[in-house]
Amino acid sequence: MVPLNWYLMLSTVVFMIGVFGFLTRKNIIIMFISVELMLNAVNISLVSFSHFLQDLRGHILVFFIITVAAAEAAIGLALIIALFRNKTTAHVDEMTEMKG
Amino acid sequence: MNYYLLIPFLPLTAFLINILFGKKYVQERAHWVSILAVAGSWIVAVFTLLKVLKGETVNEDLYTWVLSGTFEVSVGFLIDQLTTVMLIVVTTCSTLIHIYSVGYMHGDKGYYRFFAYLSLFTFCMLMLVMANNFLQLYFGWEGVGLCSYFLIGYYFNKKSASDAGKKAFIVNRFGDFGFGLGIIVIFLTFGTIYYEPVFTQIGGVAAQTISFLGYEVNLATLIALLLFCGAIGKSAQMPLHVWLPDAMEGPTPVSALIHAATMVTAGVFLLARCSPIFSLSEPAMVVAALIGAITSIFAATIALVQNDIKRIIAYSTLSQLGYMFLACGVGAYTAGIFHLYTHAFFKALLFLCAGSVMHAMAGELDLQKMGGLKKYMPVTYATMFIASLSISGVPGLAGFFSKDEILWLAYAGPSPVGKFVWAIGTIVAFLTAFYSFRLIFLTFHGEFRGTQKQEHHLHESPKSMTVPLMLLTIGAVASGWVGIPNLLGEVIGIEHSNWFSGFMNPVLGHPEAHGTHAEEWMLMGISVLAGLGGIGLAAVFYLGRRSIPVLLAQKFGFIYRILWNKYYVDELYSHTIVRPTLWISQNILMGITDAKIIELIVNGVPRAIGGVSQHLRKVQTGLLQHYAAIMATGALIIGAWILLR
Repeated sequence: MVPLNWYLMLSTVVFMIGVFGFLTRKNIIIMFISVELMLNAVNISLVSFSHFLQDLRGHILVFFIITVAAAEAAIGLALIIALFRNKTTAHVDEMTEMKG
Repeated sequence: MNYYLLIPFLPLTAFLINILFGKKYVQERAHWVSILAVAGSWIVAVFTLLKVLKGETVNEDLYTWVLSGTFEVSVGFLIDQLTTVMLIVVTTCSTLIHIYSVGYMHGDKGYYRFFAYLSLFTFCMLMLVMANNFLQLYFGWEGVGLCSYFLIGYYFNKKSASDAGKKAFIVNRFGDFGFGLGIIVIFLTFGTIYYEPVFTQIGGVAAQTISFLGYEVNLATLIALLLFCGAIGKSAQMPLHVWLPDAMEGPTPVSALIHAATMVTAGVFLLARCSPIFSLSEPAMVVAALIGAITSIFAATIALVQNDIKRIIAYSTLSQLGYMFLACGVGAYTAGIFHLYTHAFFKALLFLCAGSVMHAMAGELDLQKMGGLKKYMPVTYATMFIASLSISGVPGLAGFFSKDEILWLAYAGPSPVGKFVWAIGTIVAFLTAFYSFRLIFLTFHGEFRGTQKQEHHLHESPKSMTVPLMLLTIGAVASGWVGIPNLLGEVIGIEHSNWFSGFMNPVLGHPEAHGTHAEEWMLMGISVLAGLGGIGLAAVFYLGRRSIPVLLAQKFGFIYRILWNKYYVDELYSHTIVRPTLWISQNILMGITDAKIIELIVNGVPRAIGGVSQHLRKVQTGLLQHYAAIMATGALIIGAWILLR
């Protein structure tokens, strides 16, 4: 049986890839995918804990997260498309309206 | 519903209607609202008088106004003999002057405003006299002061008028400060500010002393003197008299109503109302008598040389108010109130006549430019002549009885300064007669000295003005007949002819007088002679040889200049009080406190915030990934802190 630590390591690695991708890549679509990666990394750790603790509530929570994430992805993509239509670019460095 | 509530609240209603709807809806009909209201008050006041004559006095609380710990004050009404006399004086004068104003103020832009303020004034004055506690008295007191300010500055686009309004208000602050302190001391001493418990308990605490500014002062004296401060402010006695002559900038009906007949007599009313307190303090009584006497001779001498018709009458008012204070100071409260009551009629009449003259002269006030108006304005002439006879103390007219009673009680009463103030009072009687008739002779007799255009314009005033004049003349003649001295009454065959004194007895007590009939006859003779002598001298000077006064003014130029400049009191105040205050205000309060300290705080705080923000804003690059990096770092730090703690 695969020990819990391996799952957690996988989760950490995926999460760090997500963080790294979000901080370094300039394409907004890639950044969005990185966010999804982070989300799913957390899901992995949740499911593995749930399994090892023999508690189904973790599974249920993950299903909820996946459902909400689907909706969030739809909205996020819609926002990106709206942004792209306005800016004709997907490069985040050109979006600095919030500069103080 | 208590019927007497109508007396103050009818004018209040009229005020509200006129001030809220006057500009748009009531407009030129404003006088109907006010006159009907105040006439209604008059009718109820007469009804009240009839009740009080039957011995039915009222003293009740209607509504709890302030309740804070042990401090409890109600809106309450006290209707006794003293209140009733004031009610009759106020409502009668007010009604007649309202009617007079219809003609006098006709066509004025602020017509509705004028009537609204007059009504508000009437309301406040009535609340003042009907109060049964000091706080409500104070409310009315400040209310009439406020209305006085509004009405003196009625022609607010005229600088001198608005200045005079401010002066009146500020000078009154000085007096009212003392009055306020007096009420506080009363509360601290008695734990209540209702008249009745205060006046019944005052005897028990009269011997106590209190530490005031490091001195041990007799409690009754302290309270009496503090209340007296308020009285001298409102009644324009020395040294706070300076506002009253300037108050003549207001419209003439206002001068007649507020600055002659009613408001300025509030001080005398206060003295009479608080007579149980004053009577226990000999020093306060002596101060009142002396201040009254000094003011009366001071104002009378100034009036001798002035040329402004309204100011002469204003100084005459000061002088007569001095008489009333003098009377209260020698313990003759009844005589003081009696003089207040007769004075209201003949002084209001004098002012309204002056207004009528001004009306004919198109606003001209200088005596030297008048003369010979007799044939143009017979009604004004006749009424003013009678009013002047009355104020001069010609036997049979109102002024004679009240003035004579004051002088007799001053002479024969127990007061230590009685003889002295009697002497001054008699001199003042002579001076009063002199300047009153100087005014009459210069205005109505001789040749017209104004321009041709003015002469062409001369006319008798409209009915709405002359009818109140005639009605007031009845008062100026007959109002004294309720207080004919018993000595004279015996001669003409009326027993207890000094009915007024008996009427006031339950409130003000009976003044002491020790003297023989012969002395009383002699004093009466002296004061009549003084009055007639004054009239005679004025006739010699201004009807006969007009060169004499000119010659006298040249020969005694020094005295003349002092009198002409009103003893330089205004200049004295300007140098000792007004200018230093202005200097402190401008250089210290404005220059340092305001410009340096307050502005430093007010401007410094936003400037500091702005400066810090200038640096902080650089954090906000607008780049999404910077925010994300900062957030990730933060999360890392928090996580590390939790794990490694």
